Amino acid sequence: MTNHWVDIKNTDLVLIMGGNAAEAHPCGFKWVTEAKAHRKARLIVVDPRFTRSAAVSDYYAPIRAGTDIAFLGGVINYLLSNDKIHHEYVKTYTDFSFLVKDEFAFNDGLYSGYNPEKRSYDKSTWGYQVGADGYVVTDPTLQNPRCVYQMMKAHYVRYTPDVVSSICGTPKEAFLKVCEMIAGTAAPNKAMTIMYALGWTQHSQGSQMIRTGAMVQLLLGNIGAAGGGMNALRGHSNIQGLTDLGLLSNLLPGYMSLPGDVEQDYATYIEKRAFKPLRPGQLSYWQNYGKFFVSNMKAWWGDAATAENNWCYDWLPKLDKGYDLLQVFENMNQGKVNGYICQGFNPLASAPCKVKVSGSLAKLKFLVIIDPLATETSEFWQNHGEYNDVDPAKIQTEVFRLPSTCFAEEDGSLVSSSRVLQWHWKAAEPPGDAKGDQEIMAGIFLRLRDLYKKGGGAFPDPILNLTWKHRQPEAPSPEELAKEYSGKALKDVTDPKDPAKVLVKAGEQLNGFAELRDDGSTSCGCWIFSGAWSEKGNLMARRDNSDPYGIGQTLNWAFAWPANRRVLYNRASCDPSGKPYDPTRKLIAWDAASGKWGGADIPDFKPDSPPEDGMNPFIMNPEGVARFFAVDKMAEGPFPEHYEPMESPLANNPMHPKNEMARANPAARVFKEDWASFGKPDQFPYVGTTYRLTEHFHFWTKHARLNAIIQPEQFVEIGEDLAKEKGIKDGDHVRVRSKRGFIVAVAVVTKRVRTLDVEGRKVHTVGMPIHWGFMGLTKNGYITNTLTPFVGDANTQTPEFKAFLVNIEKV
Amino acid sequence: MALQSLDIKARSATTTPSPHVRIEGAIPVAKLIDISKCIGCKACQVACMEWNDLRDEVGTNVGVYDNPRDLTDQSWTVMRFSEVEVEQGRLEWLIRKDGCMHCADPGCLKACPSPGAIVQYSNGIVDFHEENCIGCGYCITGCPFNIPRISKKDNKAYKCTLCSDRVGVGLEPACVKTCPTGAIVFGSKVDMIHHAEGRITDLKERGYSNAALYDPKGVGGTHVMYVLQHGDKPELYANLPKDPNISPLVSLWKGVTKPLMNLGLGLAVFAGFFHYVTAGPKEVEEEEKTD
Repeated sequence: MTNHWVDIKNTDLVLIMGGNAAEAHPCGFKWVTEAKAHRKARLIVVDPRFTRSAAVSDYYAPIRAGTDIAFLGGVINYLLSNDKIHHEYVKTYTDFSFLVKDEFAFNDGLYSGYNPEKRSYDKSTWGYQVGADGYVVTDPTLQNPRCVYQMMKAHYVRYTPDVVSSICGTPKEAFLKVCEMIAGTAAPNKAMTIMYALGWTQHSQGSQMIRTGAMVQLLLGNIGAAGGGMNALRGHSNIQGLTDLGLLSNLLPGYMSLPGDVEQDYATYIEKRAFKPLRPGQLSYWQNYGKFFVSNMKAWWGDAATAENNWCYDWLPKLDKGYDLLQVFENMNQGKVNGYICQGFNPLASAPCKVKVSGSLAKLKFLVIIDPLATETSEFWQNHGEYNDVDPAKIQTEVFRLPSTCFAEEDGSLVSSSRVLQWHWKAAEPPGDAKGDQEIMAGIFLRLRDLYKKGGGAFPDPILNLTWKHRQPEAPSPEELAKEYSGKALKDVTDPKDPAKVLVKAGEQLNGFAELRDDGSTSCGCWIFSGAWSEKGNLMARRDNSDPYGIGQTLNWAFAWPANRRVLYNRASCDPSGKPYDPTRKLIAWDAASGKWGGADIPDFKPDSPPEDGMNPFIMNPEGVARFFAVDKMAEGPFPEHYEPMESPLANNPMHPKNEMARANPAARVFKEDWASFGKPDQFPYVGTTYRLTEHFHFWTKHARLNAIIQPEQFVEIGEDLAKEKGIKDGDHVRVRSKRGFIVAVAVVTKRVRTLDVEGRKVHTVGMPIHWGFMGLTKNGYITNTLTPFVGDANTQTPEFKAFLVNIEKV
Repeated sequence: MALQSLDIKARSATTTPSPHVRIEGAIPVAKLIDISKCIGCKACQVACMEWNDLRDEVGTNVGVYDNPRDLTDQSWTVMRFSEVEVEQGRLEWLIRKDGCMHCADPGCLKACPSPGAIVQYSNGIVDFHEENCIGCGYCITGCPFNIPRISKKDNKAYKCTLCSDRVGVGLEPACVKTCPTGAIVFGSKVDMIHHAEGRITDLKERGYSNAALYDPKGVGGTHVMYVLQHGDKPELYANLPKDPNISPLVSLWKGVTKPLMNLGLGLAVFAGFFHYVTAGPKEVEEEEKTD
């Protein structure tokens, strides 16, 4: 989230889209309830289904799964055409006035530089015009047709209310009503918050859906404001920690990135990521990338990492391509993977296209499952009748199960969606032989290290030299790990302005990332977490919820990254002179007397930079401002464009009916054999979408009796029209099929799933909760991901679980 | 629970007076369920099972979100989901937490023939004391809301206790504590009515012109109340009775039939005595004794 959970109580308007906050986050949802009860806030829900969030909303609008960019593009058009934008905000804090390169073009759904064979773009034309001084050229009058404002206007003028209604299936009056309510928050004293989740990420154009939402918020001036923001509701406990620590295959901790194969040279690697300011006077904080990187390498390789060997840069793997979930299973399917350590993960159930995943696992030599539960993946080789129809005799994979603790059986920190690191304490002993994950990983590491020591190997250096200074090497403690990621001084850290002044003594924990150095004198396992465990102690364990300003800024409750800032970009909550746009919800303000920014929040800014210096709020961007024009940062293009899901009920993209290449995401990666696994509307006419229920968490809680009692059996939801057509009644068993397989489930016939009028035809949706499988206390069910397609978002490779094609019949 | 420590107002099938040594004015409590805030998450169902050490069956899905489908001896509260189109073209999903309403004039207590099996405390809570229950099911007949359920395990009736054990030590009921959105609140009935007024004002501002508090007078008012968006149509909420009252049969059976039966009994005794005195015992004739 850019803002945080408690801040939601400060809002005037909640838009829940691409997510189902009440369903998936019933506890966090109380902040929406608070906003409604105490600020008379209104709640809008836009969703293919009338969900539990819609049940308590003020307004609900239906939408066809996968068409959110068209909807939001229409909102952008509405705001620009009706001039319902925060003028001063967009002029000063965004790239509205920046001039775009003349070579950049958009033609019938494709941007300049498309390579159809590679399904990717040469992005060299996707950039700003840069002057001789190295700074971006701007037109403050906003008249130049190449300025971002004019280009954006021209791009989204095509998304008229009629076009939106036809593509999305949303009735025109409903769409306009939503636009009207949203437009009201352009006023400086009104804020809207957007709460989204997997309904936006689990699409082949998911990242661009989120981008479009962010663009709407920027037009309204809602980013950086209390009660505003783009708020991603993270799901699995500590998924936020997972991405923060860089556990995605292409990342390093703190959202640094692994080098690519072509980046064999250390200096070039750093230069490419330490962005220099593109506008005068901007902070461009990633300039300090070298400090974060070196400190991280010191944490991993300690004394072995020196200036002479570029801090062990050569020991890092260099990526030839992404190694995300889909790529790994593709490799496994090709027989290229010997073994797989599967930790806290159930891919047989969670990954798309179960038949491919099952076949891939069967090609492994060994599979290690580290999990508190007996998951479907751990039993992938076992025949469970119709629910897992495999022949164990044909599967040679050796499966090891290492039982681990669950969250209540260990100490440690979790990071919430609010970016708050909260320490939690062990409440119970684990059963039987279960061990904590650190112990299991330590056990594997120490034995591997021994084998390498004794027997050598192709390249043992990174393993032999990994720092492992734990007091009990077989059981690294959470405290030791937390101190490591928060960081410490290896040598005295001095003030750059006054070298005689020692800020942190050697051996002491650091106070924050501002103390990180690129000369090897600091060590820090995750720069954004720096400060979570300082010499003051474990700040994550603090439980003081005093709220002195009354707007939910509880700075002494645990520790937020970065630097305990609770609302990101909070400089943007003030006008260029440093006065809050809304004094009743003041986050920070410029105090001339003390020469500092301050207030209810920690400034997400250089604290002593006066307003007249013109430093802008988006301090991580080299431009200093937020981007409507994403330059080369996105795979599909600088402006989001509507593309159909890979499997769509429509034959073409209504925005570009004549261009087959612009039908679905032109930059989405599809493995060669998977093209044949996509279905067409003649055989599979209905839109399938998968989702979650309140009563369960993924495939985990079906093992818990209480959860099984309140939601015992697999079902699918269909609308009354489709039910009538197929002769299906409440409680009948139905078979739902996609090109990749079928499931059988109970039918729930409901008014909440509507037939939509799309491009002159009726489109039906089949909704499928995912929580079933063949292990646990619920009635045995099919793995819903039998049906889903093996294709993901072009930027993140998150699979397209939310929009695909199915057929349905009564069994 | 020892009767001495509780402030009891009434007991089933008992004519000896209940203890009332304590000062009048035990504060009547109430649980207020604001249906406009309820997201149907069923946390209250789980909390109730956990607090009371109950575990219902893992059932099946018959095409609805309601699980379990009905109240049982193990499920003392269930969510009931209703999809209604109150206004043309505007769908609403009304989710009501069903369970004992803790009536001020409890039909179950009135109907129950077993002394002390059903008890009403001065704070309004109606509790079953199962050790005295004979499993006759009259409480179900007497209940205008069809709440109590007889257990197949021990043939006794069970229902929501309004967590009398928690309230007795100053805690809120388990469902109140767990409700993530604060749709369920608890306190004195006066405070809950006041809170409901604020909620109703808010709902009216959002276009629910008939929002109202459900505190039905036909049972003397209840200690579990609802804020309904459509206060004029309680039946939309899974057949919540519009104007509940105790079946006249119960009133009759426990009411006028008792003195009538007593009279009848007395008359029968008197008639028998009178007959004996006047006509004497039945004598068998000599001739009839021959076989």
